[in-house]
Amino acid sequence: MSTTDYSDFQAVQRSDQFQTLRRTQRSFVFPLTVVFLIWYLAFVIVAAFAPEFMAIQVFGNINLGIILGLAQFVTTFIITGAYVSYANRKIDPLATDLRKSMDSAGAGIEEELTDNAGYATSDQGSGEQS
Amino acid sequence: MTLLATLNAQAEEGLSTEVGNPWVNIAIFLIFVAITLFAVLRASKKTKTATDFYAGGRSFTGTQNGTAIAGDYLSAASFLGIVGAIAIYGYDGFLYSIGFLVAWLVALLLVAEMLRNTGKFTMADVLSFRLRQRPVRIAAATSTLAISVFYLLAQMAGAGALVSLLLGIDSGIGQSLVIAVVGILMIFYVFIGGMKGTTWVQIIKATLLLIGVGIMSVWLLALFGFNFSAIMGEAASVAGTTDILDPGQQYGESTLTKMDFISLGLALVLGTAGLPHVLMRFYTVPTAKEARKSVVWAIWLIGGFYLCTLVLGFGAAAIVGPEAIKNAPGGENSAAPLLAYELGGSLLLAVIAAVAFATILAVVAGLTITASASFAHDIYGQVIKKGKLDTKGEMRAGRATVVVVGLLAILGGIGAQGQNVAFLVALAFAVAASANLPTIIYSLFWKGFTTRGALWSMYGGLGSSIGLILVSPVLWGAESSFFPDADLALYPLTNPGIVSIPLSFLLGWIGSKTSKVAEDVSKQAEMEVRSLTGVGAEEATDH
Repeated sequence: MSTTDYSDFQAVQRSDQFQTLRRTQRSFVFPLTVVFLIWYLAFVIVAAFAPEFMAIQVFGNINLGIILGLAQFVTTFIITGAYVSYANRKIDPLATDLRKSMDSAGAGIEEELTDNAGYATSDQGSGEQS
Repeated sequence: MTLLATLNAQAEEGLSTEVGNPWVNIAIFLIFVAITLFAVLRASKKTKTATDFYAGGRSFTGTQNGTAIAGDYLSAASFLGIVGAIAIYGYDGFLYSIGFLVAWLVALLLVAEMLRNTGKFTMADVLSFRLRQRPVRIAAATSTLAISVFYLLAQMAGAGALVSLLLGIDSGIGQSLVIAVVGILMIFYVFIGGMKGTTWVQIIKATLLLIGVGIMSVWLLALFGFNFSAIMGEAASVAGTTDILDPGQQYGESTLTKMDFISLGLALVLGTAGLPHVLMRFYTVPTAKEARKSVVWAIWLIGGFYLCTLVLGFGAAAIVGPEAIKNAPGGENSAAPLLAYELGGSLLLAVIAAVAFATILAVVAGLTITASASFAHDIYGQVIKKGKLDTKGEMRAGRATVVVVGLLAILGGIGAQGQNVAFLVALAFAVAASANLPTIIYSLFWKGFTTRGALWSMYGGLGSSIGLILVSPVLWGAESSFFPDADLALYPLTNPGIVSIPLSFLLGWIGSKTSKVAEDVSKQAEMEVRSLTGVGAEEATDH
């Protein structure tokens, strides 16, 4: 790790530190994406092709369709919360460490930016924003 | 989407409002204009660089930006359309809102932060990062402009119809005048205030909209003793059938309509994270972490909003009744205004009417700045001037484009009056899901992705979604088609997503696999490292 040249993107990309960061992010977001997409599509397909299942009364006038629909809202909120907590605890510290090492090695400074995309650089600030 | 269909169909029928007082509506709307004008003028003093103009100086907080995202996303179709769809079709209206919400998880988990870390002003910045600049940038700008124009036309045409519904202006000339006023106001906002002004308009609008639906929902629940089941029961007894509590009222007719619904669901859930005006909002915050906070805040607001529409939709069915809604001017889009009138009289109606107007204004402003950035920054600045434009030049080009786009939107909106252009919103989502999302995902996560893959996927997605619409029942053979008497529809569905989305993912993969030109590995390394660490990402310019 101490041998990594932090100003060289390819060297950083090969480093264990970056590979760990990449794995930490992907091993969380990929499975979760698959899960919520399948859960959503299953819900849509059942609502379209098995409306009688959705019409099963659960209590009062509330049927399974409303409950499963609201469950989509609940899982969306839960996944959001879970990701934020995971990102704060696991992803951010790794990313911050690496960024600091790279910043002090001078990687990705303005001239790189200008080179790769030919950006006209934005100049100085323009007063505070409320 | 059929949601806006009645809104547009309404435009030519020349019906006037029977409830409320148009002058109160106009007065409250003018108050909104005055407040937003003040915010825009204030923002304009701080708009000095291209970063200020296109990205609001990257100085908004996650919470502010999240609120603005909700303001950008919750269009009049969401508000009037979904409440009306639930009031008339019951459960099927609710199905829309689920797709609109779940879609944000794609943005949260896969797109927002990495996009913020690698781009500058537009989607094309990210897509062309490690591929060949010119062709990829042109392709990305083309799909951005297509999506923005489709969306813009639908909003502007909707504005004319909303006028007849809420202000009692029936004549074609009167409506054209209002479309022109909305357009000119919007040009002024964006021209002067840039992204900062636009963002403040969206924040104010989202706040008003959410407070409005929040108050109405609590009020309604209180009337029924905070028992949602009782509202549904009343809705069913007014409708005379419990069918509206179950799926199938709108999409249950045949296997084709069911497939159409699944196609729409796919386009909604995958399209949101590919909408250029949504993506552009992620550049207005200083860091990837703030981009994440923006999405989280947006998910809470948007989720809360759609829960309210569920209450309001069934509430409108219970209190106003589906028959009264269908027979009112504006059809299903009148459900929310009529409910407001039943609950709080002319004053609440006026507030809701003003909120609906503000909604159109804010969404149109967001689309205009996106189209302007795409043309001025990507096409003019990067492709024509090869990146040699300074910040002043880029702003000048941006402002000129705002005026052109705005004028085109006004003309298009007037021309589209009375036409059924509601399918354009669904088309915009389908194009975003097919032309943009595959390339975004591939370039962020797949090392082997190439320029050829990107071009095949983007043009393939754009071409197939528009092509399928051109040979679909939207144009041919059905009652609501442009040409109802000529059945030339080769594609049976009204939404292209179910074909065009998998197709463009496939094209991106095949294009990359067959590509003989090697891509720059050092750029790939740079993009991957930047996307995850935020190294070299531009920070806030305002401190």
